[in-house]
Order: sequence, then structure tokens, then C-alpha cells
Amino acid sequence: MRIELVKRPQYSRVFSALSPFIALVLTLIAGAIMFSALGKNPADALYYYFIDPLRETWSLHELAVKAAPLILIAVGLSICYLSNNWNIGAEGQFIIGAIAGSILPVAFPTFQSWIVLPLMMIMGMIGGAAYGAIPAWLKVRFNTNEILTSLMLVYVAQLFLDWLVRGPWRNPQGMNFPETRTFHPYAILPEIWPESGRAHWGFVFALVAAIALWFVLSKTLRGFEIKVLGQSPRAGRFAGFSAGRMVFFAFMLSGALAGLAGISEVSGAIGQLRPVISPGYGFAAIIVAFLGRLNPLGIVAAGLVLALSYLGGEAAQISIGVSDKVVRAFQGMLLFFVLACDTLIHYRIRFAGPAAKAQEAGQNA
Amino acid sequence: MLEQVLITIATAATPLLIAAVGELVVERSGVLNLGVEGMMIMGAVTGFGVALATGSPWLGVLAAIIVGTLFSLLFGFLTLTLVTNQVATGLALTLLGLGLSGMLGEGFVGLPGVKMTYLNIPYLTDLPFIGKLFFGQDPLFYVSIVLTAGVAWFLFRTRAGLTLRSVGDNHASAHALGINVIGIRYLAVMFGGACAGLAGAYLSLVYTPQWIENMTAGRGWIALALVVFASWRPWRVLAGAYLFGAVSIGQLHAQALGIGVPSQLLSSLPYIATIVVLVLISRNRRLTMINTPASLGRPFVPDR
Repeated sequence: MRIELVKRPQYSRVFSALSPFIALVLTLIAGAIMFSALGKNPADALYYYFIDPLRETWSLHELAVKAAPLILIAVGLSICYLSNNWNIGAEGQFIIGAIAGSILPVAFPTFQSWIVLPLMMIMGMIGGAAYGAIPAWLKVRFNTNEILTSLMLVYVAQLFLDWLVRGPWRNPQGMNFPETRTFHPYAILPEIWPESGRAHWGFVFALVAAIALWFVLSKTLRGFEIKVLGQSPRAGRFAGFSAGRMVFFAFMLSGALAGLAGISEVSGAIGQLRPVISPGYGFAAIIVAFLGRLNPLGIVAAGLVLALSYLGGEAAQISIGVSDKVVRAFQGMLLFFVLACDTLIHYRIRFAGPAAKAQEAGQNA
Repeated sequence: MLEQVLITIATAATPLLIAAVGELVVERSGVLNLGVEGMMIMGAVTGFGVALATGSPWLGVLAAIIVGTLFSLLFGFLTLTLVTNQVATGLALTLLGLGLSGMLGEGFVGLPGVKMTYLNIPYLTDLPFIGKLFFGQDPLFYVSIVLTAGVAWFLFRTRAGLTLRSVGDNHASAHALGINVIGIRYLAVMFGGACAGLAGAYLSLVYTPQWIENMTAGRGWIALALVVFASWRPWRVLAGAYLFGAVSIGQLHAQALGIGVPSQLLSSLPYIATIVVLVLISRNRRLTMINTPASLGRPFVPDR
């Protein structure tokens, strides 16, 4: 028996909508098997992962805190991937954005005014965009593979942050801990509803970015240009679109959004710079982008799902003693299933056995 | 002293070389597997675990090769049978490998590992200057050299190698000639997985005989860059791997000497060097186009 793909005359709208859900169900099944193998009751485990965090107000707030960076980064990445620019260095752009945005509260702590916070957000975006522009420039100018360069820059950014918080930016009153000084109140991104929980304005930024980019992609010429250049660079050239400029646009936009995510996370959730400020948001956002089918509105939903998996990981560690490392394995599996299910959109799958072969031969004769 | 430095360079270069030679064969068949990092880390964790449980580093190596191959089959099934996007699927493989290995290796953290014994041939190993370098290294070092020679010979001196390259250069023509494009690509992908698994085992059984989460630290990605740097030629991969080995050992020595440069800057040198080298090699657009396997990364669905 063999698996054969038969191209659909037109892509399937049904599977286009269904495939992320099929992938989620398959991931849950695989997860249940995995938990049984670990000797845990799979029903309990899945309950703690995916239901328990949704039961209390404070943990809904935590969900928004974790979803904000994922959504912000992933909507930017969707522009990159749609236009065939493989930016996988969002983690680095996130870090550089966080650093650039922290210049004011860390290096000029006495400058306290309401203007500090907006300046921090803008500087974070500029930092992320500038860092994203490096692989873009190398790609356009030197024809260098952007996948490898953008990834290498992640390691460089992580080491740079490590040096900053252990060296020049270390808190003078911090007992030698590798941390910067804590941000003053003017540099803290406020909570949306301070009475009920921790969710900060980063989540609002994420929603605004998603809606804005959805509009750009579906209603404007720029959105059309992104998709044409992604699917057929040749057709794009005939239409007068510049591939080089698109590389810069995609990388700098996604870099800016990753940078905004970085400074929002530091200013809204952490309150200072530390050697590690992200549990891999930049990479998990790649999964979010594909789970959301590269559609900004789909990405909002996908970001919430991945954020839930982070929260569930913490909950399951406390309640049933499953390591929080399981989460990343889960997320990796999810991306696999998403990609596999997307095949159904463009192809029908046929299981061809010897009988089918014979039948086919009969028809041809 | 010089001999000692050369040996440590070889130790740093060998895992890069093994993984890159494997990926070279994969890319020569027209498939871009970005999951090297994931297959490598899976090899590292299984190699460590099996060696620890059995006491035999060789069984660890064998297990790492098997797991690397199985992991690559996952990639092969998606990209070759289900025709998914190769870039995205490779990324998925890396993310899955990093996640799974962290989970599997949690119990291994801090345990002393099993170190592979070095080659020791009476008289030869004791020769001055060259003895240790040529006859006293870990067995996998010799495997890596033989592997490079073998792949070079296979690709450019055998009929099967010619067939593999033709599949990578023009899959439609190869298919029209009756060559089983998908089958050959499966084999190439599995070879790449086996090599990546072996390279991972090298890290956890020879380079630093212990398990550390994310211990590959981007080496899988550097191996991918090496293939581009080498313009898809095995012996140039070897040269590139030793160049990178020299850079990473050089920065370690500089850190030990404490030359007043922040250690983080020195640690980032291998990554910066990768970028610089990629820029230098890709600058010439025409040359890159001639060297790159023409069907690299393109999906193939046989028409029936």
C-alpha cells in the first residue's frame, strides 16, 4: 500500500478552515499517549494543561500576558512568511527591542516623566526593526541566506544581553545579581484592569497589530504585493513590485513588532532586564504563525492556544508533577501536525494498494 | 603545545563535519532539511542515556544513529510524501527535537557520563609530535574523515552518486528517466539523519561527556552554513569545519587567558564568523547559482 497525493483542482475551503483543528485534536491524542507513557492519567494531565488555567480570573490574566508577545511576534512573522522571507530570528529581535527600549529607565533613571513610556515603546520598535534589517540587508545586498543569518543573530543578541546585565548595566544596588535596576513607575507598562489581574497593555498592542495587519493583508495593495511576491517573484516583478524593498519591509516590520513585544514584556511583566527574558517566545511564535494559517486573526486564536500550553505546563508541574519541559515537546508536535494537515488543503490523499493500481490500469486500457 | 591545540581543534570540528557531510548528501538530492539541530540534540540525549544505562559508548553511538534516522524519517514523511514546506518542516523538526530532548534528558542533568576511550596503538601513538594527532584521537574522529572521503567518492565517482545528484539538479528530468526520485530522497534524508545523530552522540560522549540541555548550541545550524560555505563539496566541508573548530577553540583559549575582552563577545565569535563567511561566499550571485543544487527545497509530486 502506498500513499498518493491527488492535486485538487481548487484548494479546499473546508480543510483550509478545519486543518488547524484537526492538528489540535491529533496533538491532544499524541499528548494523551505521551502522558500514559510517562505513567500519568492522560485525562487528568490534559485537564490540568488545557482546562484548569481557564477557570480563574487571575490565570486568564496570565494567559493574556503570555499571549501578547506570541501574537505580536507571530503577526509580524506571517508577513515575512507570506512574502517568502524566512525570518527565524524573532527571538533576537525581541531581545534587542527589549534592550533598546530599556535605555531610558536603566541608563537615565532620573529622567522621570509620562513621556518615558511612549519613548521606550518607540525605541523598542526601532531596536527590533534595526536588528531585523541586518539579515534583510545581507540578503538583498550579498544574496546571503536569511534563515541562517537571522538565526545566528539570536545567539549574538542573547550573549549581548548577558554581557549588559552582568557588566555595564548591572544594578549598582543589586548585591551583584545579574540584573539591571528595577524600572521606575513611569517606565512600567500599566495593567489593563489593575483590580483583577496582571494583564498589561501589551495584549492590546497585540490585538491592534493583528487587526491592522489583517486589514493590510486583505484590503490593500500592499497586502496583495506581499502575497504575489511570496507566491511568484516573477509575476511580482512584472507587476512592478520590488522584491528587495519587500525583504526590508517584511523583516523590519516583523522586527519592530518583535521589539515591541520585547519591551512590553520587560516593562509590563518583568520590570527589569535579566540574562534571560524570554522562554522561547520568538520560536514558539513560528508555531503560532503556522497554526494561525498565517492569517493575523487566526494568529490571535493560535497565540491564545500556545499561551495556554505555557500556563498549563506550569499548572501540570505543580499539580501532577509533570516536568515543564513537556510543553516544548508538545509545541513541537503541534507544528508537525499543523504542517501535515495543511497538505489536505491542496491535495486529496489516496491510499493506493495493488487493487487500486489494477483498476487504474483497467481504466487506462 | 601545538599538537595539543590541533587535537582540540579536531575535537571541536568533528561534530560539525559529521553533521555537515550528512546534510550535504541531503541537499545534493534536492532536499533542504533545516532540522539538523533537532536531530543532533536527539542523538546527543539518546547517545548519553544509552551509554549511561549500558556502560558502552558504542551502544550509545548506535542508538544515536538510529534515533537520528527515525527523526529524519518523520521529516521525510512530511516533506516527501505529504509535500509540506521543507523550510517550515525542518524548523518543526528542530523545535520538536529541542523540546523532546529537554524532556527525555531531565533525569540526566548533572550525571557523569561515559567517555569514549581514545585510540592507543603501541609505538605509533607514542611518536613525537604526530603520534597523538594521527594515532591517538577518539575513534569517531577517524570515522569523520573516512565519512568525508566516502561521500566524496560516492557523489563524484559512482553511478549511484551521479543519480543522486541528478535528482537534486532536476527532479522532473530524473523522474522522466525512470529514476525513483522520492525513494532516493528518502535514502538521502535518512543518511543525513544518521549523521546528525552521530554528531550529537559525539557531543555528549566525547566533546563534553555529560548531558546539558540545548548542548548543541547552534552547531546544527552552523553545519547547515558549512554546506553553503563549501558550495556542496565534501572536502571543502572538512576545511570549513576545521576553520570553525579553530575559531571556537581560539575564543576558548582567549577566554582562559583573560585578555580583557568580555567573554560574551568571544563566545559570540563563532556565530559572527558564520555570518561573515556566508556573506563572503554568497556575494557572487552567479557562482552561488551554479553551485546550488537546482531543485534544492522545491517540492516534487510525481505525475502519474
